[in-house]
Amino acid sequence: MGRYSIFSLLRHAATGNRGWQRAWRAASPKPSYDVIIIGGGGHGLATAFYLAENHGVRNVAVLEKGYIGGGNVGRNTTVIRSNYLLDGNTQFYEYSMKLWEGLSAALNFNVMFSQRGQLVTAHSADQLDAFAHRANIMRSNGIDADILDRQQVRKLVPYLDFSETARFPIHGAIFQGRAGTARHDAVAWGYARAASCHGVDIIEGCEVTGFLRDDERIVGVETTRGHIGAGRVGLAVAGHTSVLGQMAGLELPIESHLLQAFVTEPVKPLVNHVIAYGADHFYLSQSDKGGLVFGGNLDGYNSYSQRGNTGVLREVCEAAIALMPNISRLRLLRHWGGIMDMTPDASPIISPTPVEGLYLNGGWCYGGFKATPASGWCFAHMLATGKTHPLIEGYGLDRFRTGYLLDEAGAGPFAWLQ
Amino acid sequence: MLRIECPCCGTRDHGEFRYGGDAAVERPAHDNSDPDAWYRYVYVRSNPKGLHQEFWQHVLGCRQWLVVERDTVTHSIRSVSFSRRQRA
Repeated sequence: MGRYSIFSLLRHAATGNRGWQRAWRAASPKPSYDVIIIGGGGHGLATAFYLAENHGVRNVAVLEKGYIGGGNVGRNTTVIRSNYLLDGNTQFYEYSMKLWEGLSAALNFNVMFSQRGQLVTAHSADQLDAFAHRANIMRSNGIDADILDRQQVRKLVPYLDFSETARFPIHGAIFQGRAGTARHDAVAWGYARAASCHGVDIIEGCEVTGFLRDDERIVGVETTRGHIGAGRVGLAVAGHTSVLGQMAGLELPIESHLLQAFVTEPVKPLVNHVIAYGADHFYLSQSDKGGLVFGGNLDGYNSYSQRGNTGVLREVCEAAIALMPNISRLRLLRHWGGIMDMTPDASPIISPTPVEGLYLNGGWCYGGFKATPASGWCFAHMLATGKTHPLIEGYGLDRFRTGYLLDEAGAGPFAWLQ
Repeated sequence: MLRIECPCCGTRDHGEFRYGGDAAVERPAHDNSDPDAWYRYVYVRSNPKGLHQEFWQHVLGCRQWLVVERDTVTHSIRSVSFSRRQRA
């Protein structure tokens, strides 16, 4: 596989674009690997790439039951930000942001990272105070953050509802200029290609159906394509962490819930930023094709079905029009649902498990996309060295026993409220 | 929309109800001093892909707490009963 460059583009253009190779090797399972990663989404592929790139562990397989880019990495709304409040989260997501800033170069693949800036509107003086608190914590950690007053917000995004009749008048906003979006498919493809270039086997259409054990230790997996041995196994399966965990005998603090996302018909450039609505759980951005991409709350009851209900659709559209009345005539082009592994404190789990040889990367709630690079970086560190990277010390599975929760949403131990 | 057949009010959209989580979890006895039992009660969930027993409260109707047995893949509801009587 040659490197992508302006010269490869010209060379292939001159020869009728018939010489392009597939982006990653179609691999068949070998009898065994040093590390098997279950789940060929963003996190699994990133883990495989950093295992090879940072630790020289190249005898690695990524097992994907469907196809690369067909799971939650293709079902999100592509927002990337690092405006977290709690120690442990703040530093981790900022590290992820720094990796995003160099990701296209690191992968030799354009992930279309667009730092268009994100603002969260505040709708009362108290909320703006809380945002100032958050901005101070971000700045003290070297992260860019600005507090904007109503006039500044109006200058930046004049199309929001600043009228006398606005249901929740805008008082101001917190702004992170380095936040933005990336092309989510390209992230999966870029990591897959870069990992494959390092010798990682990416095996699509290979579903894990059980685990191989030697005494208590896990020594491999049973799959729809036969048994495969492994020195260590990493779980990175958004939505189905409980299902795989049960196969391994794990009891986890996770519930699966459905989150919907929506895209309107394409319009001319209108929304230059990522905007989150502080009066409700709603956010939107405009895709490069012109569609407005938005999302809101979970459906809020346990679900493994990847389709949503109309109640949330209506709530999201109400929030959209309350924030931006000028899009009320736009048609929704499509909407879809993805299954989120919700934890009781809204923070992820990257951790060894009570089962020897099995490591867990899951419970990302609905914030997993922005974390992809740092999650892969730290999980690769754990799988290669057996040790916990300092950035993820707060994400251990035992935090629910010890009481050191990272309850960013402050909703208590109710997964569907996080 | 799920359609939940409330034993008091009849079949209603789930928008009238509030979700209350996993109904199969057992609360430890009040004087139980085992931290593991409380950890499991508060945090651990079996999260089945299939039949799931769960609490729903009919907040816009009779305000009763119900136990609904629902398939988490197909959303088909097998049974609805009062949560009160389950405990008896």
